Amino acid sequence: MDLNVTWFLLVGVLLTGYAILDGFDLGVGALHLFTKTDKERRICLNAIGPVWDGNEVWLVTGGGALFAAFPMAYATVFSGFYTAFMLFLFGLIFRAVAIEFRSKQRAAWWRNAWDISFSVSSILSSLLAGVALGNIGRGVPLDVDFEYAGSFLTLLNPYALVVGLTTVALFAMHGAIYLVMKTEGDLHDKIRQWAKKAICIFAFFYLLTTIATFLLVPRMLDNFKAYPFLGIIPVLNVLVIANIFREFRKKRDGRAFISSCLAIVCLMVLFGIGIYPNLVWSNPNPEYSLSIYNAASSPKTLTNMLIIAIIGMPLVLAYTISIYYIFRGKVRLDASSY
Amino acid sequence: MDPVLLSRIQFAVTIGFHYIFPPISIGLGLIIVIMEGIFIKTKNPLYYKMTRFWVKIFALVFAIGVATGIVMEFQFGTNWATYSRYVGDVFGSPLAAEGIFAFFLESGFLAILVFGWNRVSARTHFISAMMVCLGAHFSAVWIVVANSWMQTPAGYHMVGEGVAARAEITDFWAMVFNPSTVERLTHTVIGAWQAGAFFVLSVSAYYILRKKHIDFAKASLRIALFVALFASVMQLVTGHDSAMGIARHQPAKLAAFEGHYENEPGKLWLFGWVNEKDEKVRFGIGIPGMLSYMVYGDTETPMTGLSSFAPEDRPPVNVVFQSYHLMVAIGMGLIALSVIGVFLLWRKKLFDQRWLMGIFVLSVLGPQMANQLGWISAEVGRQPWIVYGLLRTENAASKVVTANQVLGSLLMFTMIYIFLFALFIYLLDHKIKKGPGEADEPPAHHLA
Repeated sequence: MDLNVTWFLLVGVLLTGYAILDGFDLGVGALHLFTKTDKERRICLNAIGPVWDGNEVWLVTGGGALFAAFPMAYATVFSGFYTAFMLFLFGLIFRAVAIEFRSKQRAAWWRNAWDISFSVSSILSSLLAGVALGNIGRGVPLDVDFEYAGSFLTLLNPYALVVGLTTVALFAMHGAIYLVMKTEGDLHDKIRQWAKKAICIFAFFYLLTTIATFLLVPRMLDNFKAYPFLGIIPVLNVLVIANIFREFRKKRDGRAFISSCLAIVCLMVLFGIGIYPNLVWSNPNPEYSLSIYNAASSPKTLTNMLIIAIIGMPLVLAYTISIYYIFRGKVRLDASSY
Repeated sequence: MDPVLLSRIQFAVTIGFHYIFPPISIGLGLIIVIMEGIFIKTKNPLYYKMTRFWVKIFALVFAIGVATGIVMEFQFGTNWATYSRYVGDVFGSPLAAEGIFAFFLESGFLAILVFGWNRVSARTHFISAMMVCLGAHFSAVWIVVANSWMQTPAGYHMVGEGVAARAEITDFWAMVFNPSTVERLTHTVIGAWQAGAFFVLSVSAYYILRKKHIDFAKASLRIALFVALFASVMQLVTGHDSAMGIARHQPAKLAAFEGHYENEPGKLWLFGWVNEKDEKVRFGIGIPGMLSYMVYGDTETPMTGLSSFAPEDRPPVNVVFQSYHLMVAIGMGLIALSVIGVFLLWRKKLFDQRWLMGIFVLSVLGPQMANQLGWISAEVGRQPWIVYGLLRTENAASKVVTANQVLGSLLMFTMIYIFLFALFIYLLDHKIKKGPGEADEPPAHHLA
């Protein structure tokens, strides 16, 4: 396995980490307005309270790793998707601010206003992240200098929007399952019902994305045709999603959540296989595509970065696991809660 | 309008606003470690109460730092795509290292620091405080490494030509320890300690003036005052080192600092106004030969003036001159203020001096302004280059992003940031008025 492939995988690991971890934060946000009382809302908010900003760091580090390993792709994607990306940042900023400020005042109007911005910004960020992925999969117009040659509206094509909505549904499902694990009593039972609905909604969008990919972006299937054994991934994907129902029936909420995490891993792997070895597919001129080779940094930088990752990633995993261990169990509101 | 100019304004707005917060995190992080360390050692509940209060403030500052910092990580790609392609091989690594080594450490342990009081032992909590403080400092290390490489590029070579030209790394450690890293890092970090120390000083002095939470305020103020004194005096040393480095590696910038045009012995201006048309400093008082003396230890040595640089290779002189001189003046003021404070503390008269407490309340603005002005001197002084001597700012922006797009995002960020700042001040004021919780008694397992 060469360095470029290794970095394709490592950037993938960071972005998958982001999708799993901030995915449930964004999902909790998307569901936030469905809870009605202030106490319920606070419980849901505090379920992600100690971890959401650490989760966001996966995105920041993923972005940094993309910049270091594949600067051409970093430059093309972020300048090309300028307006969409600015809206995504807008969503993330407002999400952070809403979490931080919501519970600082008792007034109902204050809390309602922040509840709405928490929910809307979470949905907006999930949608735009999905739209970006959808466009990367579908391909975007690039010119001979690998610069983006489309506009903001080019990004809002049906395929990308379907992937965007699928992402919202995925995160809502994931967030609901996370909340089932973190809550108890009536709220717990209520959210469990939501989670089941959310799984069905996600399953619908999953099917829709699959059909859309077959019809609109058959290129994403090339690697699966070349290596049929990769077909195991979508099968696994369906199995882990089905398993969520099984774990729910057996009241094993922790395992249901792990299943949901694995579903996200499967989806990211599917996506990775679909685009490999390209990072940004150029559509309609495939010869201008940015691949893990022509977009990469020098072997020296990739090697240096690999050393940094080998030292750093075990530490990161160690902190992440210990933090989740320390804050395990059901949410308890106390003086330091949001 | 010119998209490059708009992108520059947007970068200045976003980084300037962001940079209000990380220095407070770095300095306050250090002070929290000192406070909690004293609590661990003495088991004095007062220090527990102090730690809890300042951690709450820290969390607020950190939240806005994260919300505004995420913009910075991606702005190189969105607005400076040509720059990103040109230097990504060199510049991307420190940014990624910052994420891996600093952000995870800081944000992870912050969860324990803020929410973990009843979940972990006193020792683990203290270790978490140290880790958060360390993470904040690591973040400064990597970002200053990246920025210093833009000032004094090293450890790279150029490959390709035309639009394909780019810098490739040859020696990672030469990039990390480029000629300006160490002096700029110490200067930046100590500036951050000042920001944290004067912040604590200001809030504590406010309580003393209002005769509220007196024990709490006096103990906080004492710690902050010693950190302030140490940092302010050290800042003189690191500031001098930085200026020496600039004289060696970025002579055009140093010449702009002092409005020095001809190749003659350098004057050290106390203040003045640079007329860039006739290349003279007006309305000022300068000490002849003093600049040469400070750099070379000899008043007669001629120094490279701006006349040695073509007009298109010079930074905007007066802006740099003013920001640099104001920064130095504020730095001197902060030294005086902390020396007077420590002297009066020693004479046991400090807390009766209401006038000084009043100045302390305002002193929080000192390091904030000096930090901003210092960065303006450093970054505007580097112009017209984005990477000194290598790539011009005008050639570094994204080619596909239009002026209207940047204008839109600039307006969006400006509005969000004004709103965020108002909210920050409102909540900070709320927390300060509420004060340390009287109920903040250490849990039994923290006293054991």
